[in-house]
Amino acid sequence: MRYLDVVQFAAVSLQGSRTRTLLMILAMSIGVAAVVVLTALGEGARRYVINQFSSLGTNLVLVFPGRTETAGIGPGMLLGQIPRELSLDDAEALLRSRSVGRIAPLTVGSSQISKDAKNREVIVLGSTADLMTVRHMTLGRGRFLPPGDVHASESVCVLGAKINSELFGKESGVGAWVRLGDRRFRVIGILSRQGESMGFNTDEIVIVPVASAHMLFNTSGLFRILVEAKSRDSIEQARKDTETILFARHNGEKDVTVVTQDAVLATFDRILRALTLAVGGIAAISLAVAGILIMNVMLIAVSQRVQEIGLLKALGAPAAKIRTLFFTEAVLLSGIGSITGLVIGEAGVLVIARLYPSLPVAAPWWAVLAAVATSLGTGILFSVWPARRAAQLDPVTALAGR
Amino acid sequence: MIQLSDVSRSFVVGGQTVSALRNIDLSIADGDYVSIMGPSGSGKSTLLNLIGLLDRPSSGIYKLDGGNVTALNDEQQARVRSEKIGFVFQSFHLVPRLSAAMNIELPLILAGIPVDERRRRVAQLLDNYGLTERADHRPDQLSGGQRQRVAIARATSMHPSVLLADEPTGNLDQATGREVINLLEQLTEQQVTLILVTHDPVIGGRAKRQLHMVDGQIISQIES
Repeated sequence: MRYLDVVQFAAVSLQGSRTRTLLMILAMSIGVAAVVVLTALGEGARRYVINQFSSLGTNLVLVFPGRTETAGIGPGMLLGQIPRELSLDDAEALLRSRSVGRIAPLTVGSSQISKDAKNREVIVLGSTADLMTVRHMTLGRGRFLPPGDVHASESVCVLGAKINSELFGKESGVGAWVRLGDRRFRVIGILSRQGESMGFNTDEIVIVPVASAHMLFNTSGLFRILVEAKSRDSIEQARKDTETILFARHNGEKDVTVVTQDAVLATFDRILRALTLAVGGIAAISLAVAGILIMNVMLIAVSQRVQEIGLLKALGAPAAKIRTLFFTEAVLLSGIGSITGLVIGEAGVLVIARLYPSLPVAAPWWAVLAAVATSLGTGILFSVWPARRAAQLDPVTALAGR
Repeated sequence: MIQLSDVSRSFVVGGQTVSALRNIDLSIADGDYVSIMGPSGSGKSTLLNLIGLLDRPSSGIYKLDGGNVTALNDEQQARVRSEKIGFVFQSFHLVPRLSAAMNIELPLILAGIPVDERRRRVAQLLDNYGLTERADHRPDQLSGGQRQRVAIARATSMHPSVLLADEPTGNLDQATGREVINLLEQLTEQQVTLILVTHDPVIGGRAKRQLHMVDGQIISQIES
């Protein structure tokens, strides 16, 4: 019997019980579509987080004051001491490392900004000229903070796009004076619209020189130091150098935390990948259920077609051929089911991408492969028994329909 | 050439052994026309199934064209059925979802005959049995006589040397039944061995050789 004839015969048999065939294909395709859509969502969440991180800058090492790992109460705490703060000189000292390319010290506070009668509360970021490159910011108009002495407290500021439009309407505020707290600042630049990243909206901030921010908020410590390594390979060296330099400057006291952005990113990546796998696995259970349904349907088909099986045997079909025929039917069912499921799933992914444009949904190739393999696998596995049962029928009793 | 020597067949029914055939010795030459008659349960269908290799004897030897076919395995027996034996059943046994033409084509498909050759043979058979206009009809759209003609066409599509008919007129009215018997008898003129199981003494009486069975044994033979 030719292979094409086997497939054709199986296809004609499937057409014979149309409703049942369609229901089976539906069950299989829902399973496959569920795997595709759910893993696409998980993968979308993962990519979203990674994109957010890389929009914060690349090859970054982050320095926080204080030591999060230090558990318990040390003698210093009982005496009312706080961890030594990070100073501007600490930040500048980091440039001594050959692995460090740029640094951007950060001070954060909130203040009232006013222009004539308009005023609102804003987050003020104190930093240096390098912040723009380190944080991948882009300017809409004017220029960024002037390079030079980090201790110079010039009265200039760069406005977020939304702040500018709130204070100046459609016009550019470059060159105008605004009041921040009790000081006047000249607007020298406006950031282009970038939207939110990691819960921080650059459209709604004001950036001033770090020394000016220290005067404004009457502090001297830094909230964070962003350290950009010279290349991807030197990130680890930059982290070690940063620790060495800072610990040395703090008299050997390990009172700063230094992490690489990659380490943070890798943790998120692991968590979200595990989530995707778990969700995909749950969806795959529906595929196993569909497989059992296929077995059920094939068993019914065998008992309904007992006489036909007897006839095929009488006409010269050996047991192996009968087995192949039923087997092919099941494989066709699950094959068509998984192709339909892929189409439905990808369509679902397209719809989600349309509804939530910021979420980069896409089913990972391994999930698509696994879904199809599982559906074909269960289809094949669960048709073995019905096919064997059909092949083992005794032709005389089968012809009699018993 | 069919040769049965000392063939018995017994079944176990409800813990009891029932002998359906007892020590049958029978030989049928090529081109013979044999009818097997007898009451229900006399073993005539069992004998036919054994000859058609649908069943195996409990003891004894069955030789077909000189070869011992009882010793063959399932696959070899299937090939013998495919190449040498044609069946015609009382209830036709057509595949309900296939057209008349595809039902006739079925043995050819199973034997792996190329498509062109299949088309040619099916067209010829449809023509021979006056079914050309019914080729695309499904069995439920055919009359009883037409269905049995499709079944005969299917049974002869592989040019078998033995044709086994189990009550081929059982589900037909008398006129149609006679028509079917005529078709089968025409085949014997082409050196096909025809073995016919029937209740009907009129039909059975037309055969050259008539076997009467009771209780699994051949009790009388008439040769005309």
